[in-house]
Amino acid sequence: MTTQPDEAVIDCRNLWKIFGRRADEAMKAVQERGLGKLEVRDRFDCVVGVQDATFTVGRGEIFCIMGLSGSGKSTLIRHVNRLIEPTSGQLFIEGQDVNQLSAKDLREVRAEKIGMVFQNMALMPHRTVLENVSFSQEVRGHDPKERRDNAMRAIDAVDLNGWDQKYPDELSGGMQQRVGLARAIAADPSILLMDEPFSALDPLIRRQLQDKFMSLSAEMKKTTLFITHDLDEAIRIGDRIAIMKDGALVQVGTPEDIVTNPADEYVADFVAGISKLELISAAKIMTPVEQYEQMNGPANKDGWPEAHPGQSLDDLVNLSVQTQHPVLVKADGRTVGVVTKNALLRGIQGDVADAAGLKH
Amino acid sequence: MAENTFSILDPFSSVDLGLADAADGVKQWAIANRALIQPVKKFFNEMIVGIDSALNAVPPLVMLVILILIAWQAAGRRVAILVGISMVVLGFLSPNAWGLAMTTLAIVVSAVIMSFIIGLPLGVLAGKNDRFETAIRPVLDTMQTIPAFVYLVPVVMLIGIGNVSGVIVTVIFALPPLIRLTSLGIRGVNASVVEAARAFGASPRQILFKVELPLATPTILAGVNQTIMLSLSMVVIASMISVKGLGNEVLRAMGRLDAGKALVGGLGIVILAIVLDRITQGMGQSGRERGHRHWWQGGPVGAVLRLTGRA
Repeated sequence: MTTQPDEAVIDCRNLWKIFGRRADEAMKAVQERGLGKLEVRDRFDCVVGVQDATFTVGRGEIFCIMGLSGSGKSTLIRHVNRLIEPTSGQLFIEGQDVNQLSAKDLREVRAEKIGMVFQNMALMPHRTVLENVSFSQEVRGHDPKERRDNAMRAIDAVDLNGWDQKYPDELSGGMQQRVGLARAIAADPSILLMDEPFSALDPLIRRQLQDKFMSLSAEMKKTTLFITHDLDEAIRIGDRIAIMKDGALVQVGTPEDIVTNPADEYVADFVAGISKLELISAAKIMTPVEQYEQMNGPANKDGWPEAHPGQSLDDLVNLSVQTQHPVLVKADGRTVGVVTKNALLRGIQGDVADAAGLKH
Repeated sequence: MAENTFSILDPFSSVDLGLADAADGVKQWAIANRALIQPVKKFFNEMIVGIDSALNAVPPLVMLVILILIAWQAAGRRVAILVGISMVVLGFLSPNAWGLAMTTLAIVVSAVIMSFIIGLPLGVLAGKNDRFETAIRPVLDTMQTIPAFVYLVPVVMLIGIGNVSGVIVTVIFALPPLIRLTSLGIRGVNASVVEAARAFGASPRQILFKVELPLATPTILAGVNQTIMLSLSMVVIASMISVKGLGNEVLRAMGRLDAGKALVGGLGIVILAIVLDRITQGMGQSGRERGHRHWWQGGPVGAVLRLTGRA
């Protein structure tokens, strides 16, 4: 998904967060002398949480930030609703600089514009599901009937109808996180912040909730910043993914970009174990038809299976197993490329460059 | 002592900083400001006497039923039975035991109300502010460990003998656990729940009243329970400055070496302590721990609601 800068809902520019008593000094040293993370730690006894993060999230886009624990992703997401103040840099929400807001305006933005889901659910144990879900509208002083209706709609959306009068400790982990999701969407905010929402759940429930979230998301089209330490999850859910390491964004791109074209060793290591079947398209691994004919001579292409450039490796495998012939890639009725079996196998390994320029 | 020559090996006995005299100056100040202190004292005295006469105006049998119902509501049927038996025993200890117990109860109730009004805000502040917590801790230690007689005299000097002074010395001794446990309760609230409340736009005030205080309530009520217990342990000392009630009975019996009467007074205090302890401990337990959702769904209120078909 491409984004025009003017429709960026979240616009984060050169954001830094340094933790420690001498954070301001350390920040200055970083800006003036380009100190590294380790030097900051040794000289100022400060920890760099976020290093020069710049990204935008477009309207309706799901932007995943993926990184291991301690990489600063939870710190970064908390800057969006200013639960954490940046040491330097700016963050705009729909063109509004979050760090310039007064305490009162900030509370309004938090309650009306942003919904947040937490890894550990963070539900209020002394409140019923309904009271939890309507919390943000309650603190805004909205009309009780209206907030009840909105909350019930959200509870309904996460398939928890009938549970509204229960307390959180009467619910299973998966259900609790669905309450967390309902609480985040109840006030119909334009932005969702998801801080590793499914990480604490067991795999089956996690899968169910991911599906639930994706179907809700397709329906609601909310701008979402989604934090995860699970690359599979990021690829499943994200329109774009940012890989974070030691507080810095190492690479930002579509899942396909990241998997086929990792920016460095670190990202490459991450994507090594990922199944490419659904991620890589025919266009990426095909040999252009001219090149193919140059190498193999003109061929009689009768009976060759056909695919369009956007089809995934998984589809190509299905086409390919029925015949001995290579697969033709056609766009607008015209043959643009050929996918040989060898290219397909290389593609499954993720070696796109080798697949497309394959020597025979 | 001016004639003491200074010796480096014993510097303490030869130097007199006059601290005791300075503290005695408080007395002079109190005498000079009687006009200021007396109206305040009168107001509080009338409040205490009001509670006392109200408790004593209720016929003992009616009071007994009320106490049993309160115990049933707050702590369940077993505690209600215990309270009933205990109070009957108390009443039969001596013909005037019931009235004395009600007077003592009035003093304790006044002291606990005062402690709560002072202690809750201080406890919340201590829970939120590390510096205040550090500053107040030695003060609380002092209040709990300094012998009561040390402040008994200055309080009497300032305010004179009577109920108000009794309540003040009781509050000095009984207040610290409430502040400590309120602070502990606020600090014990799950930080991620507070963060979630912030993330959904709650103001600091809303976070306090909608999240922190409700979640800290069991701990705060444990503090109230401790305050009640310590208040009861002060009743004999308070009776030395002319506070009536069971404590006074014990004090007088001791003066006459009347062991039997002292025992009766002492037992009365113990029974009152047990009754108040069980009731307040029951309040600290949430209704959900006892298997129903809201407090009004159990106990006599729940029974009445069920009978009238409204629950």
